[in-house]
Amino acid sequence: MVAAFSFSKGLTTLSGLLLLSFGSLAASQIEVTVENFLRVLTGRIPPSTPRSKRLLSDDRSNILIYMTGHGGNGFLKFQDSEEITNIELADAFEQMWQKRRYNELLFIIDTCQGASMYERFYSPNIMALASSQVGEDSLSHQPDPAIGVHLMDRYTFYVLEFLEEINPASQTNMNDLFQVCPRSLCVSTPGHRTDLFQRDPKNVLITDFFGSVRKVEITTETISLQPDLEIMESRDKKDWMDEELMEPLQYAEQLPVAQIIHQKPKLKDWHPPGGFILGLWALIIMVFFKTYGIKHMKFIF
Amino acid sequence: MAAALPLAVLLLLLLGPVGGGHAEPPRDTLREELVITPLPSGDVAATFQFRTRWDSDLQREEGERITLEKDNCHLLVSHYRLFPKALGQLISKYSLRELHLSFTQGFWRTRYWGPPFLQAPSGAELWVWFQDTVTDVDKSWKELSNVLSGIFCASLNFIDSTNTVTPTASFKPLGLANGTDHSFLRYAVLPREVVCTENLTPWKKLLPCSSKAGLSVLLKADRLFHTSYHSQAVHIRPVCRNTRCTSISWELRQTLSVVYDAFVTGQGKKDWSLFRMFSRTLTEPCPLASESRVYVDITSYHQDNETLEVSPPPTTTYQDVTLGTLKTYAVYDLLDTAVINNSRNLNLQLKWKSPPATGALNRGLVFAEAPPVPFLYAQRYVSGYGLHNGELNTLLYNTHPYRAFPVLVLDTVPWYLRLYVHTLTITAKGKENKPSYVHYQPAQDRLQPHLLEMLIQLPPNSATKVSIQFERALLKWTEYTPDPNHGFYVSPSVLSALVPSVVAAKPVDWEESPLFKSLYPVSDSSSYFVRLYTEPLLVNLPTPDFSMPYNVICLTCTVVAVCYGSFYNLLTRTFHIEEPSTGGLAKWLANLIRRARGVPPL
Repeated sequence: MVAAFSFSKGLTTLSGLLLLSFGSLAASQIEVTVENFLRVLTGRIPPSTPRSKRLLSDDRSNILIYMTGHGGNGFLKFQDSEEITNIELADAFEQMWQKRRYNELLFIIDTCQGASMYERFYSPNIMALASSQVGEDSLSHQPDPAIGVHLMDRYTFYVLEFLEEINPASQTNMNDLFQVCPRSLCVSTPGHRTDLFQRDPKNVLITDFFGSVRKVEITTETISLQPDLEIMESRDKKDWMDEELMEPLQYAEQLPVAQIIHQKPKLKDWHPPGGFILGLWALIIMVFFKTYGIKHMKFIF
Repeated sequence: MAAALPLAVLLLLLLGPVGGGHAEPPRDTLREELVITPLPSGDVAATFQFRTRWDSDLQREEGERITLEKDNCHLLVSHYRLFPKALGQLISKYSLRELHLSFTQGFWRTRYWGPPFLQAPSGAELWVWFQDTVTDVDKSWKELSNVLSGIFCASLNFIDSTNTVTPTASFKPLGLANGTDHSFLRYAVLPREVVCTENLTPWKKLLPCSSKAGLSVLLKADRLFHTSYHSQAVHIRPVCRNTRCTSISWELRQTLSVVYDAFVTGQGKKDWSLFRMFSRTLTEPCPLASESRVYVDITSYHQDNETLEVSPPPTTTYQDVTLGTLKTYAVYDLLDTAVINNSRNLNLQLKWKSPPATGALNRGLVFAEAPPVPFLYAQRYVSGYGLHNGELNTLLYNTHPYRAFPVLVLDTVPWYLRLYVHTLTITAKGKENKPSYVHYQPAQDRLQPHLLEMLIQLPPNSATKVSIQFERALLKWTEYTPDPNHGFYVSPSVLSALVPSVVAAKPVDWEESPLFKSLYPVSDSSSYFVRLYTEPLLVNLPTPDFSMPYNVICLTCTVVAVCYGSFYNLLTRTFHIEEPSTGGLAKWLANLIRRARGVPPL
């Protein structure tokens, strides 16, 4: 599962809140591929893609990327059939940085040996958290006896528990997030990487990535809307005039049996031979008579 | 309600200062209905219908855009009130004449539940009629499916030429039409599409009252998806504005049908109530709606009216011929203040006063007579064994005792099932039944699917079997989905039929009439038009072993390394004799120490 949120601070409107759990972005599971994920990040999507499926971030957006699933040293599995490597991810983030598609990026990964995924990042303003170090496994939290499958991973569970206490006005900073799920609870050692981040983590609020507040100004003055009289009068006149002119319309018959049975297949119309065919045959005939002499003509014509 | 007040004020401001008291009639209306039908098998079907009619001719306004000045032209098609802007802009941008989109989960069991008001195939279905002015229909179709996938959060972007067909006789336009050139029609089904809350939310957002007031309050996702059949659809078509039918209005019809398994939700009793079905009750009508009604089908209850009651008792009943039979409905009008009185709470309930007679636990025997079998129902299955060949069979049942009627069958088969059309056989009552119209368009690999349309006359009281053999193709290994052993879907067949009705329908002003009568226009009242869908099929294709490329690479590299490597060594390795080294610095230092110790040197 992959989720990417993008928030913009400052004056621009919310550029694109997008749940890429392959929820609103890719609604069916078949759309969850490495290629689609990288295309969404870098913006290289076909032009017919609707707006709700684009990342629409700019250089003032903060992006949160959360990835979970099965993984290993340097890769994460997508849909049990393909993998994304840490180098590909690092290159995608560098492309985003070059195109100014993010201001700050928080990357959280919960897989086995998750720390290997952020080792290769080299773009600025990226902070990364992982649930386990290289060589360790991330474990799942509790099974459901009815289904027989584990429902959640430990790191995700404790991060969620931590985040549920955060409200949009909270002043908790990143250092508290780094302390979530110590080894005693998670069995694996969570790691983090902040050297690429320009600000000090203790000054970075959690709500920079996990919440967005819109500035709303309430005004008490009333605005009265004046309709444009000329448009309405001309429109009504046209309605009245055209009613007299048009003949009544009809609904189509749903199963016109007689019409369907007599629907003949479209025969190809016979066209007289075009200029090219005529010219070709004229050439052939000329060559023939030049070679063999004009005396043959009376036998042909 | 609080939002309605400033809205009304705004409307007054708009209408007020118009010169000379020029009363502007409202240009769009909303009508909402809920029909609760108990089905013969004991389940309860609830069908919502929200009709927004917009008295505006979008096409003509495009023409007007040319004549007026630039800054005025935006005003004409930019004021959307009840009609959602997202859909209005779609109609004008892609020059649509009609749009029908549905998302369904489950299957409507016609044999046990009776004919549906409006059935939709499992998955997502989209069919569109474009205007005559469109030059490149395929390009508009592709762009339209992408835009719709963004609006409805569904994977409609998977609609491409491999699952789009152009039917030649089915899917005639449901709205006003002058001439039906089928080259402007496109039809596609995605049977693999799963419907979930994320598709319901944008659908609800298109409603004017949007799950805050009126009937849409009942649309809570956690109960709606806990059903045997869930279908939500959007239909846009042009309709007559008045009885003379000289101008066009656009009608947006949003329908949602759910079937509740009464025994699962009702804990074994046949009672139902709105609260038990939807976990909500009706509180107030939508202030933007001109009509807001709940209809409860009480036809089958009249026979045993001592044992059960509908509460609160209805003030009016309505009798009409729907789907060929005369039905009685109890009407609850939410705009009538007597219905929602000071309790401000309407919870329709059906209660059994005394337990029904013998066999109460066996749901089939609760009614005195056997549940009525519909005149037309169908079944489809794949037969054969192995992963090479198979046979597609469709069984069409006509249970009418003496009347035969025509059925138009549309089959869309994906290209990887190669149909042998010479094996197409249609048999009824032991004899061959030749169709009066057959249209077949063969498939092209990876480009387009098979299209088979047939008009078959079903003899009375018979089962007609249409069968065709096919061969399964082997796909390229990158074309398999991540779960290839699940199978590949074949879209359901579409049956369009004129089924004879038991009771002739009275010709009424059916644009005003409620329920679903106005969706399918019929000129002949002795039969009604119905469109049924069969089950989608799951076909297993021969799947390769996906671990083989890795195994082959390992094995080949090992073999090459061992064989070639040793061969290369054998051919090119030469042996030289090497002088032993004299030792160098270490040996000289060691000798120095040994001389100091008095030991003979190395």
